[in-house]
Amino acid sequence: MGGAYIARKLLAALFTLFFVLAFNFFLFRVMPSDPVSINARSERLTRQDIQEQLENFGLLDPLPTQFVRFVGNTFQGDFGLSFVTGTPVTAEIGARVWPTVLLVGLSTLLATVFGVLIGIKGAWKRGSAFDTTSLFGSLVFYSMPEGWLGMILILIFVGWLGWFPAGGYTSGLESGFGNIVDVAKHLFLPCLTLTLGYIGEYAIVMRSSVLEVKNEEFVATARAKGVRDKDVRRHHAVPNALLPTLTLVFYSFGFVLGGAIIVEYVFSWPGLGALTYNAINDLDYPVLQAIFLLSSALVILFNLFADILYGYLDPRVREG
Amino acid sequence: MGLTPLEAQVGPPEQPEGTPGDPQAPRSARAIVWGRRRHALAYNWSLYRHNTQGMIGLVILSVFIALALLAPLIVDQAEITPADTTGVPLQAPSADYPYWLGTDNFGRPVLWLLIWGARISLTVGLVATVGTMVLGSIVGIAAGYFGGRIDTALNAFTNWFLVIPWLVLAIVLVAILGPSLGIIILVIALTSWAGTARLVRAQTLTVKERLYVERGKALGAGNWHLITRHILPNVFPVIFANTVLTVSLAILSETTLALLGLGDPNSVSWGTIIEEAFNSGALTAGYWWWLIPPGICIVLVTLSFTMCGYALDEILNPKLRER
Repeated sequence: MGGAYIARKLLAALFTLFFVLAFNFFLFRVMPSDPVSINARSERLTRQDIQEQLENFGLLDPLPTQFVRFVGNTFQGDFGLSFVTGTPVTAEIGARVWPTVLLVGLSTLLATVFGVLIGIKGAWKRGSAFDTTSLFGSLVFYSMPEGWLGMILILIFVGWLGWFPAGGYTSGLESGFGNIVDVAKHLFLPCLTLTLGYIGEYAIVMRSSVLEVKNEEFVATARAKGVRDKDVRRHHAVPNALLPTLTLVFYSFGFVLGGAIIVEYVFSWPGLGALTYNAINDLDYPVLQAIFLLSSALVILFNLFADILYGYLDPRVREG
Repeated sequence: MGLTPLEAQVGPPEQPEGTPGDPQAPRSARAIVWGRRRHALAYNWSLYRHNTQGMIGLVILSVFIALALLAPLIVDQAEITPADTTGVPLQAPSADYPYWLGTDNFGRPVLWLLIWGARISLTVGLVATVGTMVLGSIVGIAAGYFGGRIDTALNAFTNWFLVIPWLVLAIVLVAILGPSLGIIILVIALTSWAGTARLVRAQTLTVKERLYVERGKALGAGNWHLITRHILPNVFPVIFANTVLTVSLAILSETTLALLGLGDPNSVSWGTIIEEAFNSGALTAGYWWWLIPPGICIVLVTLSFTMCGYALDEILNPKLRER
């Protein structure tokens, strides 16, 4: 595939990333309370830490110098110290990454697989009872605040039925295989919440994508050749309809991260979302700044990946 | 595709020629335009009336909007301030008004909280959406109409806002600027206009090429006249349907912010009711009447806006019809 296409997309992504960096830099410099005075109020930071933090923020230098240093620090993975704990933000985030990856990854996978299957089945028998019900169900879940859905699931499955633990990552009592089962038990409800939250959108997109492909001439040709209905669907319609849906999954992956914040908070899941929640309450700016930067970078990366994937799978896009 | 029976029966808008009473009287251009608009409105309404999901959405919305408007007549605001309430705290639902949905931890009837919450939730949703629409339309029309460097710059700006994780940005902004109603509305509008701008730009690009715009330009019309008289009216249908869909997202955003403790502490919205219930241990203690109803209200309203939006999209953007 064309190197020019990839180069163009890569350049656009780098430009966006630079813009995010600049925005991040200025956003946290125009905020009402300046970081050093908050620093000074924090008891766990020593004088020296504050001096270091001041240096880190470089608040005495002219803005362009500050910006260059900020970019340099960022690329070295140095996001400063947390106002609350006094530990490096990088370490704080590093400790929280894997639970989020597990939760968001698994729910995205499940939502994609089931969303796509539901969309195909509905579109192929358009107007059937299954189609109407699944479309309505998708819309209902799409209209639901994820946090509230999580609370309702806790109310039912934890409060009334007592099938699952209310929150957390593990009860810490088991080891080995027992621990895996324990984590899975803790994972089930938050994962179900996020999956239900996104399944509707994917199902709706897949459905309309299949409906569009169904009217294409190559589908009519396949039918005219006498290909069985099942094979038309499997070999002609679905592969072509899958493309926009799969790219949507990549495009929206970064936004799932945003949705995970509230779900992690409700289920006390010790991931980046819970970290964000704490940082909001403590106004822990270095942590907030790093989270915003990281999630933006992740979204840009996934968009770039989706663009390249799309260009690879659909040559028409490369021309445009 | 062909005409549906309904279209055949009503017919597309016709242009009324002169007033029936006095055929000789010349009508002003303004009267002709308004006549056409009235006719188009009646025609679209007749299409809308036959759209089941659109009508269901409209009815549900009307109920909620009526409740929100009449809230001060139903119950005085003083009755739902924690200090002045008289009910027994955390009472389960019972048959006597106003305790149909029980009470919260201050003894305030949940039913009354919901009615006042409708005011805040709908206000935030609607005002934020108007902001989104205005911002998105200005950027989209400017980019599409002027083209060239302005387009390149505005387009890069729009794409950037499309790419950043808006929920995280909204959380960061509200956390920094402080949770007040105005800030929440502003932040929701700031983080969600980009989709509208992209849509409006695309539509502006097609409208710009139409003959009547060319003709207007040839007759010496200025940019302002062309934009307000020719571009905007023809882009409006797209904006309008999109706007109705945006309200759902705005209400959901407000809820998410409220659940994270970033709601306006001085006003009751459906989101803040849920947040208070959650933080008062409603889950472990089983105060379901406090937690479930506000969520159902949110689902009903966002679902209704979505259904109305889809119906409007089908009617106002007929290329989508019958798909």
